[in-house]
Amino acid sequence: MQNAAPTLRLEGVAKSFGPVAALRSGTLVVQPGSIHALVGENGAGKSTLVKIVGGVHRRDAGVVELDGEPVDFTGPAEAKAAGVAVIHQEPASFPDLTVAENIYLGREPLGRFRRIDRRAMRAGARELFRDLGVDLDPDRPAEGLSIADQQIVEIAKAISLDARLLVMDEPTAALSAVEVRRLFAVARGLRDAGRAVVFISHRLDEVADLCDTVTVMRDGEHVSTDPVAGVTADELVRRMVGRAVSDLYPKVPSTPGEVVLRVEGLQSTGTFHDVSFEVRAGEIVGLAGLVGAGRSEIARAVFGVDRYDAGRVAVDGRTLRPGDPTAAIAAGLALVPEDRRLEGLVTESSVARNVSAVSRRRLARLGILLPDAEARLARDWSGRLAVKAGALDAVATTMSGGNQQKVVLAKWLATGPKVLIVDEPTRGIDVGTKAEVHRLLSTLAAEGLAVLMISSELPEVLGMADRVLVVREGRIVAALDRADATPETVMRAATPGASSERGDAA
Amino acid sequence: MRTHARPWWQRALLTREMLTILILVAAWVVASAVVQGFDGPLTITYLVLDVAPVLLIALPMTLIIATGEIDLSVASVVGLSSVTFGLLHQAGFGLWVALPASVLLGAVCGAVNGTLVAYGGLPSLAVTIGSLALYRGLAVGLLGTTAVTDFPESWTDGATENLGESPWPVVTLGLVVLIAVFAVLLHATPFGRNVLDIGRSSEAARFSGVDVKRTLLVLFVLSGAVSALAGVYYTLRYGSARGDNATGMELQVVAAVLLGGVSIFGGRGAIHGVVAGVLLIGVLSSALRLEGVTVNVINIVIGTALVVSVVAPRIAGGLRVRRRPAVGQGS
Ligand SMILES: Nc1ncnc2c1ncn2[C@@H]1O[C@H](COP(=O)(O)OP(=O)(O)OP(=O)(O)O)[C@@H](O)[C@H]1O
Ligand SMILES: [Mg+2]
Repeated sequence: MQNAAPTLRLEGVAKSFGPVAALRSGTLVVQPGSIHALVGENGAGKSTLVKIVGGVHRRDAGVVELDGEPVDFTGPAEAKAAGVAVIHQEPASFPDLTVAENIYLGREPLGRFRRIDRRAMRAGARELFRDLGVDLDPDRPAEGLSIADQQIVEIAKAISLDARLLVMDEPTAALSAVEVRRLFAVARGLRDAGRAVVFISHRLDEVADLCDTVTVMRDGEHVSTDPVAGVTADELVRRMVGRAVSDLYPKVPSTPGEVVLRVEGLQSTGTFHDVSFEVRAGEIVGLAGLVGAGRSEIARAVFGVDRYDAGRVAVDGRTLRPGDPTAAIAAGLALVPEDRRLEGLVTESSVARNVSAVSRRRLARLGILLPDAEARLARDWSGRLAVKAGALDAVATTMSGGNQQKVVLAKWLATGPKVLIVDEPTRGIDVGTKAEVHRLLSTLAAEGLAVLMISSELPEVLGMADRVLVVREGRIVAALDRADATPETVMRAATPGASSERGDAA
Repeated sequence: MRTHARPWWQRALLTREMLTILILVAAWVVASAVVQGFDGPLTITYLVLDVAPVLLIALPMTLIIATGEIDLSVASVVGLSSVTFGLLHQAGFGLWVALPASVLLGAVCGAVNGTLVAYGGLPSLAVTIGSLALYRGLAVGLLGTTAVTDFPESWTDGATENLGESPWPVVTLGLVVLIAVFAVLLHATPFGRNVLDIGRSSEAARFSGVDVKRTLLVLFVLSGAVSALAGVYYTLRYGSARGDNATGMELQVVAAVLLGGVSIFGGRGAIHGVVAGVLLIGVLSSALRLEGVTVNVINIVIGTALVVSVVAPRIAGGLRVRRRPAVGQGS
C-alpha cells in the first residue's frame, strides 16, 4: 500500500451546544478498506461526531484529517465535495420532490442543452434500488414515505456519491433482516474497493457480522478501539454502559386473560386485506414481516389515525369509531408510532410537555393544568426510561435520537393504556435501555396489559412475543406460537415466493 | 433531572414578550415627555376606550394564530353585529335581547369559517378573506348607508363611563376578566396546550389524540362571538350602528398580535405579550394623533412596526446561523 495514512482520523474532537458538552474528546481512526463500527449509549456523542465529519456542525476543538490532510468543513456541500458521504440518523428529505430527485439533488445528470436528464436519473435510482433489493418507485414523491423507505433513499443517495468515506448513522434501525443483508452486501463491496466505511448501530450482532474494527464511545469520549474478533459482545456492552446487561429479552411468564383487542376483516384497498387477529390481556403479540409488508399501516388503522374500507376494531368488546384516535385513546389504546419526529413528538416542545401530551386531561384539576403536575409526571417517566436530557424543559430537537424515542415511549406508558401498540419501540435505543424497555413491557404485560409489537428486529420479536403474526404483502400469512417461532419459520413466511399458504410455516 | 435549564428570572425576563413590554414602556415614557397633552387621566381613559375592541378581538386571534391559522373576517363580524344590534333595537326588541342575539350571530359567522377550515380542509386565509367580503356585504346590505343612533343613554353612557372618580372606564373590568380567561385558557389548560401543539405539529397532535378539527372549530366560533361582542361595544361607544363600522380593524388586530410575539407560523405566543402589543399600537396612535399626524401616517408607522417585528427575529436567526461557522476554529 503506497498510502499509509488512514482515510479518516479524528483526535480529541470536541463540540458543545451552550452548556451541553455533546462531544468531549472524539477519537476515531478509519483505515481504507475497512468497515469500522462506532458504538455507545444514547447520547454518547456518536451522531455529533458524524455531523462534524459531514460538515453539519463545526468542531470546537480537535483534529480532523482525511487521507492525512487536515480538513475543516463549513458545510455539508464541502464534505460531499471532499468525498465524504453521510447517512444521517434522522434523514431529511424534500417531500415535494420525487424519490429520484431527492437522490440526485444538486448533482442532477444533464442531457443535451444542459437540461436535466430525467431518464438517466430514473434509471440510476432504479439500479441503486435493485442493488439494495427494494421495490421503490423513483417517480413517487418523497412525501409519505415510511421511515424505512426514507432510510433506503438516504442510503441510495449516499452510495451513489461514490465517496471515499461512507458514514452510516444507524442505517439499519428501521430495516428488517432482508434489507439489512442487501445493505451489508453493498457495504462489503465498497470495502473491497478500498473505501472506508463507518457504521453506527445498537445491534451488536450486526457489528460482529459486518465490521472488522470497533470503537466504543461513552459520555462524549473515546473508550476503546479493537478488532471485532478480539472483543466479545458482552465486553462491548460493559464498556458502553458501564455494567453487564445479562438478559436482553427478560420475559416474565404470564397467563393470557380475556380478549382485549379484536380486529376483524380489516381492509384498506391496496394496503392490507382481511386482517383479523386478537390480543388478550397479558399477551404480547408480535407482528413480523419485511419492510413495506403493511404492518405499520395496520397499526395506524387500528389506532384510528388512518381510515379503512372494511372491517372492525373492538376494545373490550366495544367497536371503535373508525378514524378517531381520540376515541381510541379513550377506550384505552396507545400507539407508539413509527416516525418519532413527525408523529411521535412535537419536536419544538419540551420533554415535559411531550411526556404529558396525552395525559394532560387527567392531570388537570378543575380544568386547570399546573406545570408542576406535568413536571412530576415527566420526571417520573423519564427516570424510569433513563431519558438523558439537559433539563425537563429541554426541547426535543436537541436530544439524541435514542432519547427522543424514550420520550415517545414514556408519553404513552404514562397514559396507563389497556392495549399498547408499539411500532419499532426500541428503534435507536441502546442495549442497556433496550433491556430496560423489554423488562418494562414484559412486566406490564404480566400485569394485564395487551401488547401488539411491530419490530423489524427479529430477535426482539422472537424474544418478547407470546405469538407471532407474520405479515406479507398486506395479509397475515402465518400465526406462530412462541415455541414454533424461529428465525427460519418467520423469514420463510415473510418472504414472497417462499411459501404462500397461511400456517404453512408453522 | 432538573426541571428547568435556566433560572426563573431568565425564563421570565429574556422573552420575546418582555421585549414588547419594554418597547411599550419606552413609548409611553417618550410620549409623555414629548407629546403635548399625552399625560394624565384623560389619556388613560381614551386609550382604554379606543383599544377595547382591538384588545377583545386580539384574544381569540392569539389562539387562532398560535395554531397556524388566521381569521381575517373579524372586523366584518364587528360590522354585521353592529347592524344586527341596531336593527333589533329599531324593531323594538330590548337591548338585553339584541346583545345576546348579536353575539350568537357572531358565533354562527365563526362557525361557518371554522367548519370550512376544519372540516372542509380549506386554508383559513382564503376562507376568511371570502367571509370578510361576505359579512361586510351583508352588514352594508342590511342597513344601507343609514345608521341607527337612537340607543338609550343609559347604555351608551355605560360604555364610556368611568369607574367612580378613577380614570379607568367601566369596560376595563370586562377587559381584565376576559384577558384573564384567555390567559388561563392558553397557558394553563389542556386545551391551550393542544392549541400550541397544533401550531407546532398538527400531525403529532393528531397522533396524541387531539381533535384538531374540533379545536379549530371552537376557536373560530370564539373569535366570531368575541368579535360580535366587540361590535356591540363599538356601536354603543360611538352611539351609532353602521354597516361600515370598524372597517379595516382586522389589520390592527393581526398587527397587535404579531407585535406581541405570536409566531405567524403558529406554535408560539403568550397573552401578556399580545396585550402589550395592543397597548403599544394604542399608545403610538394616540400620541401621533395628538401631534396632529394623519391616519395615513399612523398606518405607515404601525405597518412598519409590524414588518420589523415579523422580520427582525428572522434576520437575527439568520445572523446567528451565519455566524456559527465563524466561532470555534477547530484546532
Ligand atoms: N443541537 C443540540 N443542542 C443541544 N444539545 C444537543 C444538540 N445535539 C445533541 N445534543 C446533546 O448531545 C449529546 C450527544 O448527542 P448525540 O446525538 O451525538 O448522541 P448519539 O450518541 O448519537 O445518541 P443516539 O444513540 O441516541 O443516537 C446528547 O446528550 C444531546 O442531548
Ligand atoms: Mg445518534
